[in-house]
Amino acid sequence: MGIGMVTVELKGLSKAFGSRVLFRDVELKLHSGQCLVVTGRNGSGKTTLLRIIAGLARPSRGQVVITDGAGAMDPSRLRKHLGLVAPDLVLYDELTALENLFFFARIRGIPPDQDRSEALLEYVGLQGRGGELVGTFSSGMKQRLKYAYAIQHSPSVLLLDEPTTNLDDDGVEMARRVITAQRERGVLVLATNNAEETAYGDQVLRLG
Amino acid sequence: MATRSFAWAEGPAAVLWKDLQAEYRTRYAVNAVVVFAVTTLAVVSFCAQAAAAGPELLSPLLWLILLFSAMSGLSRTFVREEETKTANALRLSADPNTVYLGKLTFNALLLGLLDLIVVPLYIVMMDVRVGNPALFVAILIAGSLGLVSASTLVAAIVAKASVRGALFSVLSFPILIPVLVAAVQGTEAALRGVPWAQVSPTLKVLVMFTVVMVTAGLWLFEHVWYEA
Repeated sequence: MGIGMVTVELKGLSKAFGSRVLFRDVELKLHSGQCLVVTGRNGSGKTTLLRIIAGLARPSRGQVVITDGAGAMDPSRLRKHLGLVAPDLVLYDELTALENLFFFARIRGIPPDQDRSEALLEYVGLQGRGGELVGTFSSGMKQRLKYAYAIQHSPSVLLLDEPTTNLDDDGVEMARRVITAQRERGVLVLATNNAEETAYGDQVLRLG
Repeated sequence: MATRSFAWAEGPAAVLWKDLQAEYRTRYAVNAVVVFAVTTLAVVSFCAQAAAAGPELLSPLLWLILLFSAMSGLSRTFVREEETKTANALRLSADPNTVYLGKLTFNALLLGLLDLIVVPLYIVMMDVRVGNPALFVAILIAGSLGLVSASTLVAAIVAKASVRGALFSVLSFPILIPVLVAAVQGTEAALRGVPWAQVSPTLKVLVMFTVVMVTAGLWLFEHVWYEA
């Protein structure tokens, strides 16, 4: 799915819930190879900002423009080029890990591939667990599976909200590998308060 | 080239297959629908048999059982996605109409299963004599599709609300009145053995209702599915 240079531009982005303003007039531009780190106290709007970039929420004002060599992406094309790992993004407990990956591959228009899916599970540290129901997974294993889901289609824009939540040391190392690989492939946006993860940022946006 | 012709169906088929797998493992919707239907049917059969009900009563009773059973289960396909927070992964990955068509087909199969269980039981328990069986089946299929087409869209609307159950019924009933009236009239005619030609306007109403609701669903679903 890689499509060369990608640009993510936030133009005058504002979000308010009633009279409570989360952020106002956020302006920034990210190019392929760059990482934006969004920090701020709890409730400052980090997750909301990522949801807006992903198209899961609408801004009160302003817009997000994601472009590649073929021009600005509409929602249909954006779905093929965007990956998200977030606490409020959950995969299907009643399916196995492999069934989850096959399902999301099919609705993304990618032919389900057993070898590739198993390789992906191995990459995130879930080798040999593909046939188990996700409902039986620990929270750390579910977080690893979210990574497999998010990078399955080699997205040019990857959004990671609290990327190391629930992960053990090996999991954190896996997350680092994903982050490094994404910086070579496209744009990365991290929402975190972890000082070590903040160091990845070419740009840092502090909210709240 | 033949496979490309059906490429548009791959996504909805994936959503349908995923829902069937999940339903097979959890019986989340089937249990609710079937238990409600059989319980209602048992109560109705005790009361109505004593009254020696004719087609004018048997027909609305059948559709009441189907309607309320459907109301207890058809919303769950969307509600469950919101409750378990899997809806966001679906929104991020699938075209809205892919989701809508997959869920619509799942609900159609669920109501088809309900029809297969309830209608034979109803005929036996209520000692129903069907004068025109082919017409009866046609009205049943058309009426069920009408129910499914309207309630699937309403289910998507209410899934994000906090009082889903009440809202689903409140929003569904006004929309479903035309399909219920037509289905009750058509079923009564089929029970009396009225010929096809006399009932074809009713059948057309049911088919047109379904076509209009599915078209509206394909047009509106994207706005319903994404956060306002």
